[in-house]
Amino acid sequence: MLTKRIIPCLDIKDGRTVKGINFVNLRDAGDPVELARQYADQNADELVFLDISATEQKRKTLADLVLKVAAAIDIPFTVGGGISSVDDVAILLQNGADKVSINSAAVKNPELINECAAQFGSQCIVIAIDAKKINNQWKVHLVGGKVPTELDLFDWAKEVAQRGAGEILFTSMDHDGTKGGFANAALARLSDEVNIPIIASGGAGDINHFVDTFTLGKADAALAASIFHFGEILIPELKQKLKQQDIAIRI
Amino acid sequence: MKIAIIDYGAGNIRSLQFALERLGVVGELTSDPELITKADKVIFPGQGAAKSAMLKLKAHGLDLLIPQLKQPVLGICLGMQLLCDYSEEGGVKGLGIIEGKVRRFSDRVKVPQMGWNKISKTQTALFQSINEDEFMYLVHSYFVPILPETIAISTYDTPYSVALNKDNFYGVQFHPEKSSKPGQKLLQNFLNLTV
Repeated sequence: MLTKRIIPCLDIKDGRTVKGINFVNLRDAGDPVELARQYADQNADELVFLDISATEQKRKTLADLVLKVAAAIDIPFTVGGGISSVDDVAILLQNGADKVSINSAAVKNPELINECAAQFGSQCIVIAIDAKKINNQWKVHLVGGKVPTELDLFDWAKEVAQRGAGEILFTSMDHDGTKGGFANAALARLSDEVNIPIIASGGAGDINHFVDTFTLGKADAALAASIFHFGEILIPELKQKLKQQDIAIRI
Repeated sequence: MKIAIIDYGAGNIRSLQFALERLGVVGELTSDPELITKADKVIFPGQGAAKSAMLKLKAHGLDLLIPQLKQPVLGICLGMQLLCDYSEEGGVKGLGIIEGKVRRFSDRVKVPQMGWNKISKTQTALFQSINEDEFMYLVHSYFVPILPETIAISTYDTPYSVALNKDNFYGVQFHPEKSSKPGQKLLQNFLNLTV
């Protein structure tokens, strides 16, 4: 049986991890490669690297990082943050990224999804969608959630799937950072309406939230950052608990 | 040991090369027929669509070369599917080494299958010391049904082949280079194979 995936997300700035990292036995908490290795050893199913730097050097730094990560770990990883062209995607995949995550650029130029899927295959194209509820309607937001659009979450999700996206990473801005659980109603509706895998993001606070998002939310994978980085939830323990709840999980 | 990785512009080769490096060998990316023919082991990777992959193979004459190879050959993902004689993906002819038709998963399940799935296997050298019910990482929309050449099975929508073997030709649907320690073990087993 295909298992549900647990995905730690690392925020990267100028080639270094940011946000609190609170692991024991880390020589260098800012080194993304060492962190990636630790998560792989803990049986994380995948990793996501999100580049939040805004320097001109960004592309090269990110490509170098991808190469180092690919050399160090033997589980799949996705890279996102500011990817806006077929060339951007090509460089990251050539350096060893398994998937790329595209967000704002796909909204601005939806044809980019078709082009990337045709050139590299749907399997490596993840479309990240940030959305929040406005007047009871889920609206897509851009630029890390700062810029609202008129796009409806579910319409956009269907469109990206149709254009060849292989997976959707849905972050609920209403839930992100609250530690109150994932946006399970919206996630379940996405799974019902779109026939590609859905990664739940935003709101993880305790182990039960993961149970809920895999059952009530029908999510295929769950992503979290700080609760893993601060060691509030340890991945081996989380996976054991999920297994005890009869959720298909890789131990 | 000389390892040739067939170069026809197929996706993420870096990870495969790094995985081989971790095993202490170098995988040389090449489309040179002579280098491929002389290698001790040949790896035939694949990613993307069947049709464009076959076109690229033909452009290098590799569609004729690969079936003639005598050393152990390992097709990975699309590389395994192309060992078969036909794919529903674009309605293309494969290399025809193994008789079988590659099919698309039905809409009863999410497509692509993406993630770690359990495999059950037969007793073959390729899976030596790999546990029954081990997890491997898969990402694919098309699958090879169960065939006489099937040496490992997984289930998604329906039971299907995750590994094939005929003579010196082997194929795995999962990505051993991305499947943690069990995947590394499989690559080591492949390197240990003799014809």
